[in-house]
Amino acid sequence: MADTLWSYALTVLIIAAQSVVLLVSLLVIIAFLLLADRKIWAAVQMRRGPNVVGPFGLLQSFADLMKFVFKEVVIPAGANKGVFLIAPLVTCILALSAWAVVPVAEGWVIADINVGILYLFAISSLGVYGVIMGGWASNSKYPFLGALRSAAQMVSYEVSIGFVIITVLLCVGSLNLTDIVKAQEGEWGVLGWFFIPLFPMFVVFFISALAETNRPPFDLPEAESELVAGFMVEYSSTPYLLFMLGEYVSIVMMCSLITILFLGGWLPPFPIVPFTWVPDIGWFLIKVCFVFFMFAMVKAMVPRYRYDQLMRLGWKVFLPLSLFWVALTAGVLVAFDWAP
Amino acid sequence: MEELLSGYLPIVVFIGICMAIGLALMLSAFIIAIRRPDPEKVAAYECGFDAFDDARMRFDVRFYLVSLLFIIFDLEVAFLFPWAISLREVGVFGFWSMMMFLAILTIGFIYEWRKGALEWD
Amino acid sequence: MIIASLFFYLFAAITVAAAFMVISARNPVHSVLFLILAFFNSAGLFVLLGAEFVAMILVIVYVGAVAVLFLFVVMMLDIDFSELREGMLQYLPIGVTIGAILLIELFMVFGSWVIAPETAGFAASPTPPIDRITNTEAIGQLLYTKYVYLFQAAGMVLLIAMIGAIVLTLRHKEGVKRQVVADQVARTPAGVQLKDVKPGQGL
Repeated sequence: MADTLWSYALTVLIIAAQSVVLLVSLLVIIAFLLLADRKIWAAVQMRRGPNVVGPFGLLQSFADLMKFVFKEVVIPAGANKGVFLIAPLVTCILALSAWAVVPVAEGWVIADINVGILYLFAISSLGVYGVIMGGWASNSKYPFLGALRSAAQMVSYEVSIGFVIITVLLCVGSLNLTDIVKAQEGEWGVLGWFFIPLFPMFVVFFISALAETNRPPFDLPEAESELVAGFMVEYSSTPYLLFMLGEYVSIVMMCSLITILFLGGWLPPFPIVPFTWVPDIGWFLIKVCFVFFMFAMVKAMVPRYRYDQLMRLGWKVFLPLSLFWVALTAGVLVAFDWAP
Repeated sequence: MEELLSGYLPIVVFIGICMAIGLALMLSAFIIAIRRPDPEKVAAYECGFDAFDDARMRFDVRFYLVSLLFIIFDLEVAFLFPWAISLREVGVFGFWSMMMFLAILTIGFIYEWRKGALEWD
Repeated sequence: MIIASLFFYLFAAITVAAAFMVISARNPVHSVLFLILAFFNSAGLFVLLGAEFVAMILVIVYVGAVAVLFLFVVMMLDIDFSELREGMLQYLPIGVTIGAILLIELFMVFGSWVIAPETAGFAASPTPPIDRITNTEAIGQLLYTKYVYLFQAAGMVLLIAMIGAIVLTLRHKEGVKRQVVADQVARTPAGVQLKDVKPGQGL
């Protein structure tokens, strides 16, 4: 009895240690990606970007963290206090907990469950709660309008994300994320990755990921010029930090989901010598950073969408296109007997 | 069964640690930072005089329509998941059975489009 | 297995408590939030049963879609729920009757397994063992071929729901100018008319 309890405790401790390592490295990587985001944005606009704190401004994000922590928490008088404080927590915890099933390298995953992709889909469909709760609890006009817009926007793009995931699953035949990466492995390397045969879906997924994470050009919920900061207007200090952090964690999550679904996860572009010297995790990070770079470039270059254009793109372009592509992929797989 | 459940234990532990990190970040400002609220500071972020009443108001029914349609399409996606991973086992019959299902829903989608439910004004 | 039963009691207790809070909370928004908590814990119970797929779909569909709509309605619609609550006693007998019938039916289902354990084997399609085939695949292999009529009927129900939603909620505003992308793209210089507007006269 005591032995089994000890072994249980040991397993839990090992899992906890792994989780802490993953989360801490994730947060450190995000601190630098955040800086990279600002630097890229600045470079496109021919500015320098943050360059004061540390060499080349490398410590900027940590300085920001300190500043958030030392700021006063202002809770509006009319707000629903409980819900107001739960909203950023929900956003942050949901965004972080999605990482439990992400395989960053062969076998390097906290929980290798059978329904990994469904878990991620479920978590990303819950992201809307933080926004609605925050917008409602603030009891102020701007947050309310921001939350309303955001909720409709996030659910609209959720559907096309679902269909795109289905097309990938058709080619894989499993819901496990490790299996999805392994299905792209082959002697042809990069040519076996899904972004080539499913290229239109890759594009749809990339744009839907932007909309789902409220990134520009789909940042209507927090459009500074009209809604000040959308659902975050009334937030300050660490509650605001949690919203911000949750947003960036889910952006990096979307980048790694694109990597896993379309860019072959941790696989090297060609399974031959110079490429295989880089460890698996290295390839995964390189790909995630590449996708994040594209996210940052889109932010810097594309003007904001109008709300009716946004809804039209989601419902009238992406939805029929991805639905058609599901039928087409399945038809091809069945006709040529290629189904896995 | 045992194996399946032990696969979920890490998720529970992981979510627990995420909660701890989130709470720690949130509470740090409550502990460290000073708090000196005054009526102006805690007023809602709006111009001019104080708000007359609740900021929550009625809004366009279209937002409900969007979330209703989303529920339906979400269910459609839910039906697609088991089909997508067992395409080989269900074979040609399963394929056409799903195409039938999608065709029925496409009728609904076309109806929506023609009725202008997807327009935003 | 001890851990599993501990988690079962935890999830079950929270589900029941949250469900009770749904009907007893004063603020309707809190009710919906407790409902979401109850959904989550039921998903946990499904996982404990080995039904991963159902658990995830419960979260995706109920928490991610249905509860969002509920939250939308109660947060934004400003219904006076205390007024609705007035008539609660009036509906109590009907509610209790329906609840009792459901409870008796559940007892009959599970009771039959206790009285005659062999009936469980008569199920139309026995579940394959989980270690051989994941339950998502097991559902996939049955739903689209063996239960094809029910599956198509589900499609019909969704179609009717879609049409119903539009018929009930769609109202067009008069005199709204919409962007027609096709028209904009199809414009040629030939179709543009230049008018010389004199100052002070207008068109």
